Amino acid sequence: MTEVQGGPEQHEHEHHIVSPVIYVIILCALLVGTALTVWASFIDLGPFNPIIALAIACTKAVLVVLFFMHVKYSSKLTKLTVGAGFFTFLVLIGMTLADYFTRAWGRW
Amino acid sequence: MSDSTAIAHGKADASHHEHPPYQRHHFETYAQQNDATNFAMWLFLLTEIMFFGGLFTAYLIYRNWYYPAFVAASHQLDIFWGSLNTLLLITSSFTMAMGVWCAELRKKSGLVLCLTLTFILGLGFLGVKTVEYREKWEKHHIPGLHYSVSSFVDPASDPEVHDKYPKDQPLSLDMARHTELYFFLYFAMTGMHAVHMIIGIVILAFMIARAQAGAYTTGHVTFVENFGLYWHFVDIVWIFLFPLLYLISRH
Repeated sequence: MTEVQGGPEQHEHEHHIVSPVIYVIILCALLVGTALTVWASFIDLGPFNPIIALAIACTKAVLVVLFFMHVKYSSKLTKLTVGAGFFTFLVLIGMTLADYFTRAWGRW
Repeated sequence: MSDSTAIAHGKADASHHEHPPYQRHHFETYAQQNDATNFAMWLFLLTEIMFFGGLFTAYLIYRNWYYPAFVAASHQLDIFWGSLNTLLLITSSFTMAMGVWCAELRKKSGLVLCLTLTFILGLGFLGVKTVEYREKWEKHHIPGLHYSVSSFVDPASDPEVHDKYPKDQPLSLDMARHTELYFFLYFAMTGMHAVHMIIGIVILAFMIARAQAGAYTTGHVTFVENFGLYWHFVDIVWIFLFPLLYLISRH
């Protein structure tokens, strides 16, 4: 009784198989990112050293989430869950850090 | 016993839609079941992200409070080992992703190969970590009763690190004692990460045995897929640990 399933207008998401070519490209991007972040750490950029390191780390993490973890090819539910989760995470970290860094700065 | 269940199933099948044996009865389709499991796995991973996020936040706050101590203490870490571990873990993430692909295309030997490579790379990561931990042990840099600040109040007493960072000034005893906090956070974060790696490696061993018996290549890829999500998550944690602990305090 396959008719019950509602034909092509299903709610379920079609399972997408990600090609190995994409995995190889992402692997190379991650390796380049690692080389770049190690290289950047040897240059004295003052306060920009941590910023650059974190920017590269975030880029690498986004690549892993989107491609290795298939979020780019996932259902809207998964996308929304991941997006909402990371947003909440940033709010929690951002507000905590904002509190610490604006209160009693230099008086500990 | 097995005969009676088979008969019971046979009767049930007559009044319900047909589906593969690995599809739970209350799901309309296998895709629906897979999506639901995927969703649950992501919820679990998000709680894990919050957990590690707390540690990262503590690290960032204390680094700003006791900046000189954190800079001096981070110079104790060897960038070579950190980079090598990043390399091992990123490659293991790639082999894991390839494993999921093999399972989806029902390539049994490919899946076993990919899982075994992931297993070996994971063990390699822990091996490097052991070398690093051992050095901390020998230098009395593990927080506790036997913690020693001598590398920080007198950098020349630690020639190995002093040669690499000759500009490091000796810290006052008061500031030097805060290096213990750096190592406390270092062991808490890399230790929790290593615990996740060990759990992952144990599950990988189980999966390799099951994959050899033909599991996961029957079209039922949910377990491999969700384990892949877990493994990639562990990779992401390291992607942030590496720059924060090893790299950003070089100058």
